[in-house]
Amino acid sequence: MTAPSTERDIPALVRAAIEKHGAKRDALIPILSEVNLALGYIPGEAFKEVRKQLHDPTEGVFVAESQLHALASFYDMLATKPRGEHVIKFCENAPCHVVGGKAVWDTLREKLSLKNGETTPDGKWTLVTTSCIGLCSVGPVVLVDEDLYGNVTPEQIGDILGRYE
Amino acid sequence: MQTKRAMILVSNDPESIRLGADDLVKSLNDALAAYELQDEVDVSTIGDVGRADILPLVIVYPEATVYGPVKAGDARYLVEEHLYKGRVATDLLAPPKQLSGHIGWLRTRKGYNPAEQRVVLERAGRIDPDDIEDYIAHSGYEALGKAVTEMTPMQVIETVEKSGLQGRGGAGFPAGRKWRFVRGAEGDKKYVICNADESEPGTFKDRVVMEGDPHQVLEALAIAAYAIGADEGFIYIRGEYGVAYQRLEKAIRQAEEFGFLGNNIFGTDFNFHLHIHAGAGAYVCGEETALIESLEGKRGEPRTRPPYPTTNGLWNKPTLVNNVETLSNVPAILRNGPEWYKAIGTPSSPGTKVYTIMGNINFSGVIEVPMGITLREVINIYAKGMKPGSTFKMAQTGGASGSIIPAALQDTPMDFESFRKAGVSLGSGALLICDQNVCIVDLVKVLLQFFRFESCGKCTPCRIGTQRSYEIVERITQGQGQLEELDKLLEMAAEMERASNCGLGQTASAPVRDMLKHFRTEVEAHIRLGICPTGVCPMVVEEEAAPA
Ligand SMILES: Cc1cc2nc3c(=O)[nH]c(=O)nc-3n(C[C@H](O)[C@H](O)[C@H](O)COP(=O)(O)O)c2cc1C
Ligand code: SF4
Ligand code: FES
Repeated sequence: MTAPSTERDIPALVRAAIEKHGAKRDALIPILSEVNLALGYIPGEAFKEVRKQLHDPTEGVFVAESQLHALASFYDMLATKPRGEHVIKFCENAPCHVVGGKAVWDTLREKLSLKNGETTPDGKWTLVTTSCIGLCSVGPVVLVDEDLYGNVTPEQIGDILGRYE
Repeated sequence: MQTKRAMILVSNDPESIRLGADDLVKSLNDALAAYELQDEVDVSTIGDVGRADILPLVIVYPEATVYGPVKAGDARYLVEEHLYKGRVATDLLAPPKQLSGHIGWLRTRKGYNPAEQRVVLERAGRIDPDDIEDYIAHSGYEALGKAVTEMTPMQVIETVEKSGLQGRGGAGFPAGRKWRFVRGAEGDKKYVICNADESEPGTFKDRVVMEGDPHQVLEALAIAAYAIGADEGFIYIRGEYGVAYQRLEKAIRQAEEFGFLGNNIFGTDFNFHLHIHAGAGAYVCGEETALIESLEGKRGEPRTRPPYPTTNGLWNKPTLVNNVETLSNVPAILRNGPEWYKAIGTPSSPGTKVYTIMGNINFSGVIEVPMGITLREVINIYAKGMKPGSTFKMAQTGGASGSIIPAALQDTPMDFESFRKAGVSLGSGALLICDQNVCIVDLVKVLLQFFRFESCGKCTPCRIGTQRSYEIVERITQGQGQLEELDKLLEMAAEMERASNCGLGQTASAPVRDMLKHFRTEVEAHIRLGICPTGVCPMVVEEEAAPA
């Protein structure tokens, strides 16, 4: 789902996002989310474009690039670094933890030889923890890209990862 | 709808989709076509109905027969039996006992008799959430019509006040009083905001409400807007709730088409425009002033209060912020009257509460029960008891900022007043039930990890306090704890409670306090004896013991 940014026309992407959400200060987060969704992260060039295209004296929207960076860094769903082809999110909160989450996390780290936040050298996998995503009744919960896996056991990890080979 | 003779609903929450709900819908349509029933029977989807044990689940109306789990391969049999031959497809029936225990009601306790009806989840799982006509057919938008054509805004506020409805977002603040504040605040432009950021770990009740009955949220917001004098509103929904977002977005479009949103609602001069805004992943944005900052396109850092949103909210205008569940009670209150509502629950906490129950229990999911039932009742009746081999050790209520409830408080009625008196918090309505194998220190470490990760860092006591507390507790799990550090933990707790800017910092110490109050012996065993009684903690420093 994440494509290298060079394959995309970033100015056009930003333009489309601004058209959809409006050239307003309160549309900044939806605009950045849109870019993030399309590219898997927000490259530096996209921040530049957002600033440039939003610079509209009549609307009174002035944002510095540093402001945009500060904004993106605040929200977990906005990434500023490229991620692997597949992003694995592991829910680390108490409800999942209590029903066996730790063993699942250990297996994930072992199988991928990754620590939290790292990407495999071949760029295939990124492993991160996340806070509760509201699926606690089927914990432990693992999210691979947009696919949700509930009631995960350590034994299932190989099988789940295998689906993305 | 009216021309169809039956409707098939298929659960399509993420877990159902994982288990093949999409294929099932396709197969059902194919099977209907094979029997030439496609014009007589509709196939539609419903959100999470809280029955994790029988997914994908299928409900066939008008009989409301519940089947589950149903695989795509069963579709033809189900259609042939139930819809073609007109008899129940017995092989696929969901276990009926479990069903009645799910979203259920407790009958007579302490002399009053909550009628056999749900309030917030009344329609969830029974109507097609994507179909406004289905909502209307089930008394939908009746309360809004009544409000704008028969009642003055003040009468609406008085009705909500009389009902005794309290905020379900955590603090239990009387809803009617808040509405009155905003109504009375100076200014022509006012806003209503529905807080759908739901990010307390273990809480997903608002998601079920929004996925199952999105129009109810819209109707309530329009009523609130009418009452306080707002013409614009926002639903701030957490970014991860894709299905709920789409449902609400569609519902807004439908309501606009039908004239329940937009200009001249019910032919009156009341106008109300509703927008939906997705968050981008930050727990603290559930705090109302952080939410407002985020809506304005900024970092979601809580504001310093006072002033409060009731006078200085979105774009500095008077703003009403209410939780999804709080709002969802309003249409029924207007339809049935405040006395009806007050007859449910306890005198000091009327109505129902939607809980998410999980942990070492037999049934996890969503329940709606009257205020005032006890934890023991929830576990024995709704959770179908502890898992085999499990005995109750503690429960964690209300997400991370809730309380840790020891066995001694299992019989305390769960309502705002009784819990306040017992020194515990009802929080957001999550009930995480833990058995004897859960280590208190390990649990608190995980809770503190959440806080140190989610602290926005704006104020020092919270930023440093959550980090330092985590480190101390982590060292205890590694066999490196010091007794003096327990005092240090309490000192930091006091400082965070006193000097933090928002509720996150002020409540982040609750797990530490509860741990030392109820389970000090177990903590000290880690330190004095170097053992973890449950065998959970490593008691050595591991390579990457903590996710950074
Ligand atoms: C850190 C923090 C997180 C919160 N998260 C939520 C939330 O996700 N949903 C919610 O309705 N209220 C949340 N609240 C409470 C809100 O600030 C506010 O009190 C609530 O939305 C008011 O609605 P109510 O009166 O209907 O309960 C949170 C508070 C704090 C301090
Ligand atoms: S208490 Fe914590 S979360 Fe709240 S404003 Fe301060 S640092 Fe941010
Ligand atoms: S705690 Fe893991 S999904 Fe809620």
